[in-house]
Amino acid sequence: MHVALEEVTEVISRFEDVIIQTICRLLIPPIQLFALYVIAHGHHSPGGGFQGGCILAASFILLVIAYDLQEMKRRMSEKVNIIFCSLGVIIYSGIGLLCMLLGSNYLDYGILHTILPVEPAEARSLGILGIEIGVGIAVMAVMVSIFLNIASGGEHEEAEEFKE
Amino acid sequence: MLITGALLIYATVDMPDWGDANSPANTHVSPRYLEKTIEETATPNAVTSVLGDYRSYDTLGETTVIFTAGVVCMLLLRRSQK
Repeated sequence: MHVALEEVTEVISRFEDVIIQTICRLLIPPIQLFALYVIAHGHHSPGGGFQGGCILAASFILLVIAYDLQEMKRRMSEKVNIIFCSLGVIIYSGIGLLCMLLGSNYLDYGILHTILPVEPAEARSLGILGIEIGVGIAVMAVMVSIFLNIASGGEHEEAEEFKE
Repeated sequence: MLITGALLIYATVDMPDWGDANSPANTHVSPRYLEKTIEETATPNAVTSVLGDYRSYDTLGETTVIFTAGVVCMLLLRRSQK
């Protein structure tokens, strides 16, 4: 009896619940798939980089809530997160610079048809898709990093009472 | 400061009414974007084409703001583990 009570206390203190974890295990892949759809389909239907990035970040935050912070950091380490933060902005401004290198104005995607096998109007569409992907990556990484820093007070560990 | 505020409030009186169909923004810019967006950008979603193409500098600024917020949050809160 005494042992069982200790086990129960331990389970509660570590926030491990088989129902929550199973539901999250089932829910997170569709959420991430939907986020990628919102980003990739942003120029054909409502959506875009900001919205899709937030949904993608929500799936990682759900992982932190259901499991723990270390589990999430095993999936995406802090270094990778920082790289993603910068990579998004670099993709955006890189596409702008690419347009400038090809002899057009900054962020004028029409000129991209010289290196892509499409019409100038289609090249603009692809340019928009490119910057949406950059925005999505940046928003996802920044949201996750802000959540981790605020939730753990910058320690990136579990709070004292949940440590083993 | 009060004078500046009073001038700004006085200036808003001259602005077009909210949702006025005859205001300059609704008679020149919006129809131009709505009519030409398929032809010029092959993007059916006019909101995205304005955000990502016609006003892409603005969106670049927004992304930079979010990036800066993340970096500042990290700088202020992050404490390295001992």
